[in-house]
Amino acid sequence: MKKFIAILIALLMGLHNSISFSADGSYHLDNAKINLDDEQSLQRGARNFINYCLNCHSANYMRYNRLADIGLSDDVIKENLLFTAEKTGELMDINMDSTEAKKWFGANPPNLTVTARSRGKDWIYSYLRTFYVDESRELGWNNLVYPNAAMPHVLWELQGVQNLEDNKLKLTKSGLLSAEEYDQFVLDTTNYMVFMSEPAKLVRHKIGYYVIGFLLILLILVINLKKEFWKDIK
Amino acid sequence: MQKNNGFMSWVDQRLPVSSFIKNHLTHYYAPKNFNFLYFFGALAIVLFVLQILTGIFLTMHYKPDALHAFASVEYIMRDVSFGWVIRYMHSTGASLFFVVIYMHMFRALIYGSYKQPRELLWIFGVLIFLLLMAEAFFGYLLPWGQMSYWGAQVIVNLFATVPFIGPDLAEWVRGDYLVSDATLNRFFAFHVIALPLALAGLIFLHLAALHSVGSNNPDGIEIKENKDKKTGIPLDGIPFHPYYTVKDLIGLTVFLIVFASIIFFMPEVGGYFLEHNNFVPADPLVTPAHIAPVWYFTPFYSILRAVPPILNSQFPGVAAMGAAVLILFLVPWLDKSKVKSIRYKGSLYKKWIIAFVISFLVLGYLGTVPSNIWGQMPNFIPLLGGLDWATFIARIFTVIYFAFFILMPWYSKKDKTKPVPKRVTYK
Repeated sequence: MKKFIAILIALLMGLHNSISFSADGSYHLDNAKINLDDEQSLQRGARNFINYCLNCHSANYMRYNRLADIGLSDDVIKENLLFTAEKTGELMDINMDSTEAKKWFGANPPNLTVTARSRGKDWIYSYLRTFYVDESRELGWNNLVYPNAAMPHVLWELQGVQNLEDNKLKLTKSGLLSAEEYDQFVLDTTNYMVFMSEPAKLVRHKIGYYVIGFLLILLILVINLKKEFWKDIK
Repeated sequence: MQKNNGFMSWVDQRLPVSSFIKNHLTHYYAPKNFNFLYFFGALAIVLFVLQILTGIFLTMHYKPDALHAFASVEYIMRDVSFGWVIRYMHSTGASLFFVVIYMHMFRALIYGSYKQPRELLWIFGVLIFLLLMAEAFFGYLLPWGQMSYWGAQVIVNLFATVPFIGPDLAEWVRGDYLVSDATLNRFFAFHVIALPLALAGLIFLHLAALHSVGSNNPDGIEIKENKDKKTGIPLDGIPFHPYYTVKDLIGLTVFLIVFASIIFFMPEVGGYFLEHNNFVPADPLVTPAHIAPVWYFTPFYSILRAVPPILNSQFPGVAAMGAAVLILFLVPWLDKSKVKSIRYKGSLYKKWIIAFVISFLVLGYLGTVPSNIWGQMPNFIPLLGGLDWATFIARIFTVIYFAFFILMPWYSKKDKTKPVPKRVTYK
């Protein structure tokens, strides 16, 4: 029996290894080193998101005034970020008609509120950095992370133009930002999108430490209580 | 409780509260040798109450409407004060309910807690497990994400495999030709009222049956057979309150630490408790590449996938999956062993239970991944060439899973048992 189990485990491990080594051809995502405690980065990300994404993509589970969580006051939001709404209590919606959008792009631009939770931060970070020119596509752009994506490279003026040569991306025309600046731009945006996907994340961990601290103290008390009661059981 | 206490005696004359507390807590004798596996019954009750309480608050803000369901869940996560805690408590609670119930069932299995005179207690337990699976399944549709939608689509389509009446049956369950608003509404009704009510009733019966026969214990010895001659109290029994109430507090606190760690630090548990794809709103036109049920259904899902279609019908797989759960009802009569507990059973039984646990875990893992994950078997192997390795492994473990039950009458009888002592072992 023990031998059988050992063989079984070895078999499973062996098989498992063989999969992790076999590349399935998809793009290896870059690690987005985001930091939710970096308020400056989150604020820059919010600005990027609202300026560049929130024209075609809605984020209408999120309210503008939730940006208070990353240190943006109502007045700042009203003056600088409120393009698609009247009041800061409104949802981040857009004016584009979804049936029209489907006609233009071939696909309806998805709501981005919780995309960071479905795709993950690394996906967004990699996706926004791997657009390249592809004349065969209707809008002239393709993407390494999400091949044949319907979205054109909205940020090309910032990043510049990339071409795909021998399966590697090469910057053939520089943009307004340097490579490092562009990476930071995307990282900030990713950081913001992670915050937006779950605003409670900013406080969740802090509350968690208190709750678990309380429970640990309680555990010591209940262990002693049990010992006291069970002393006379033999 | 003293008789001359004014208020209590007034109540007791009208409702026997004091004698109830006496019979079921302060003078209800439980074996003194319970180990940590005996925490899980109490934890299941706590989770049931927690799910009801958090569920009530979620219902206040949730909208069972295909157009608004997804957004209303995000509304709970953002705009309702501490809505995210309530929602995570409910989603984590669902998964942990199954962890707790699986441990509780494993405990009953290894200590023979289903054997005479506890057969009915076991049957109520299996019924609770069945309803709990239904409850979890209905609840999973409510967030109306892609996995909610397509998971429900797959499971409801299982009904369509039933010969002759299948397609009509599936349509009747859905209330539409595909999973839709009508389905969401009826699943909501089942999830928030029908099943919780039935569960509460069954839990009451489960406890009533338990208190009438008394608890089993890790030694599988009936403590009622060794009573103090004068008092009639079992020699190895101790009053449930205060001894087990204070002991269960330890189990509860440890459980809450695990519970809180998940809620506050890893509510998605890597996509196992909250699947990533479920943060995409349901879209009937886009089928996800990989549809996996939540982890607690995956052992049974694996069995479903492992059974090959016969005469172009998927029904055998569906039947096998159903049988994998329903066979639990028969366990009290399949076990022919003279002893209850694994402590006094022979090596044959131990080998089988280990094989069973491994098969359950491997099937569980395989249910979470696509069946082509380990590639295909080389073509030179006769009959099996071209078959997915994972499917092949799942078939082997499906056979082991069923063999554990079907061969039980044989191996439990043949097994060399050890003599059972008169009194329980303690310390």
